[in-house]
Amino acid sequence: MSRTDRKLRVVLAEDGVLLREGLIGLLARFGHEVVAAVGDADALREAVAAHEPDIVVTDVRMPPGFQDEGLRAAVALRAERPALPVLVLSQYVQRSYAADLLDAGDGTGVGYLLKDRVGQVEEFADALARVADGGTVVDPEVVRQLLRRHRDPLEALTPREREVLGLVAEGRSNGAIARRLVVTEAAVGKHIGNILAKLDLPPAEDTHRRVLAVLTYLRA
Amino acid sequence: MNPRTPWQALTRPRFPLGAWPWRVVGYLASGAVLGAAAGALFLVLGVFSLVLVGLPPLLLSGIALGRVERLRTRIVDLDPAPDPHRVPTAPGLAAWLRTRTKEQATWRELAYALLLATVLWPLDLLALAVGVGLPVALLSAPFQLAVDGHEAKVVKAYLVTSYPEAFAVALLGAVLLVALAYPLAAVAGARAALARALLTPRETEKQAIGEVIASRARLVDAFEAERRRIERDLHDGAQQRLVALTMTLGLARLDAPPGGPLAEQLAKAHEEAGQALTELRELIHGIHPQVLADYGLGPALADAADRSAVPVETDAEALPRLPRAVESAAYFAGCEALANIGRHSGARRARITARHAKGVLRLDVEDDGHGGADPARGSGLTGLADRIAVLDGTLTIMSPPGGPTLLRVEIPCPAPTASSVSSSPRTASSSGRD
Repeated sequence: MSRTDRKLRVVLAEDGVLLREGLIGLLARFGHEVVAAVGDADALREAVAAHEPDIVVTDVRMPPGFQDEGLRAAVALRAERPALPVLVLSQYVQRSYAADLLDAGDGTGVGYLLKDRVGQVEEFADALARVADGGTVVDPEVVRQLLRRHRDPLEALTPREREVLGLVAEGRSNGAIARRLVVTEAAVGKHIGNILAKLDLPPAEDTHRRVLAVLTYLRA
Repeated sequence: MNPRTPWQALTRPRFPLGAWPWRVVGYLASGAVLGAAAGALFLVLGVFSLVLVGLPPLLLSGIALGRVERLRTRIVDLDPAPDPHRVPTAPGLAAWLRTRTKEQATWRELAYALLLATVLWPLDLLALAVGVGLPVALLSAPFQLAVDGHEAKVVKAYLVTSYPEAFAVALLGAVLLVALAYPLAAVAGARAALARALLTPRETEKQAIGEVIASRARLVDAFEAERRRIERDLHDGAQQRLVALTMTLGLARLDAPPGGPLAEQLAKAHEEAGQALTELRELIHGIHPQVLADYGLGPALADAADRSAVPVETDAEALPRLPRAVESAAYFAGCEALANIGRHSGARRARITARHAKGVLRLDVEDDGHGGADPARGSGLTGLADRIAVLDGTLTIMSPPGGPTLLRVEIPCPAPTASSVSSSPRTASSSGRD
């Protein structure tokens, strides 16, 4: 299915009124419908139960505690409905948050983006669509920070393979990665094959190997 | 309730059979030995003080002896004997001396030391001689008789010549041993009470110390609360507005005719708003990182390590959740150390280790740089040392020229309660993967 023409029904959780209204406008601009916009984690779970949306977009920090209620609600929602795509917007890069989120369910159909990213409206809309389609999107900023850490099991990867894995973590397809690195799609496929082999992820029916590779990457 | 002093113990029916008589004897015997030794020391110091060099140690010996005596009192007095001294106002020997000489407690300790060296230890010895020595001597009459064969002089006064007589004397000794345990316990109780009266803080001192610590701790708490408030205000106010602004500008760019001057202006405005947002985000993170509140010290340190320019290994797994002020002080100490490593050390690698054991949090930050770090010059480190000192902790820097450098923070804090651990069930799993 093409992403650009899919109209999504979105449940939005964001306690800041200004940002909430802005996001509603932005989503409408790209043809999506916000079926419910709520301001706290409990209301988010009720809204999801009531509307069964295509995707949930939520802030990490929300009332009443202003800690990580939004993230916890997202993790709980994923536990109840593993197929529900969730996009979490975070105030800043946080590996622990991203890892918690990817651990909930099989890691597909989740996104973890820096709040700043919504300013890049087209990128944001693209990420939203990819998550709704079952993709995994991790903020490039998280990816960039993780690249500084050269530790097992990523030690075995060549710099090029790490670069490719970073782009996989950002949720990009082989085609997109090929265009980005100016190589052929076949070359990307070969790199990914090497990565999966080095990370010891043999082909299997019921696991999403690309996601497992990203999880390995996040935990390294 | 179990007895906590000899006085309470000797009212119990089974007193002679329990551990208390042994405690009493141990207390008095160690007192006699310590007192005799102190007496000898004072004699020597007294001679030296005629030529003045012995005077300062003589004056200070009270402080040392007071400490030993407070520990020794625990043999017969189970309630804690707190230290009456104040924390010196500044580091260094001079400040320590200034504080100590101005304290009444110091002079009470010296008075006690002199009393112990002259009067108390002979009394201890006398009490032991009468309470234990005499009955034991009587008890030994049959043995003495057996050794000698004909006669035994008990307590160098009473001549015993037959076994019936000797066993009668021994029986008397046994009765006396039990009977005298009571007055002996009373004496030990009086000794311990005297030591407690002279060597532990008076009510007024206790209050003063308690209040100073409490007010400094309140200040740290207020400081922490203020940090969090500022962070939240920025997050809910300025940051949100900036995000909304970049969003609006982004949407406007979609609608502006491409390639025209308007699109160009919008692109520039958009980029600048984005940069302001990035700067603000870093600023907010520096004020009080949310991950510290949500996940605790381990993940927050791992996060700080991620941001470091120098590759940092973190080993802060399985840290429990600790009091907020402790987590915060340790976190900022770690960040400051990493910042210094990045700026000054020339290090290629660094390592953070954090452990909580036996009620102490210990944080080590090591690097392989060229060393020579001077805490006196780094205002950041001095400020941190102050914050850690308020929590009764210490900050140590070992940095010989040529390296390596080790910064160590130790903060005493109780093991967390079960509830505070269960309130953050993700801590273990999230730090476990770092």
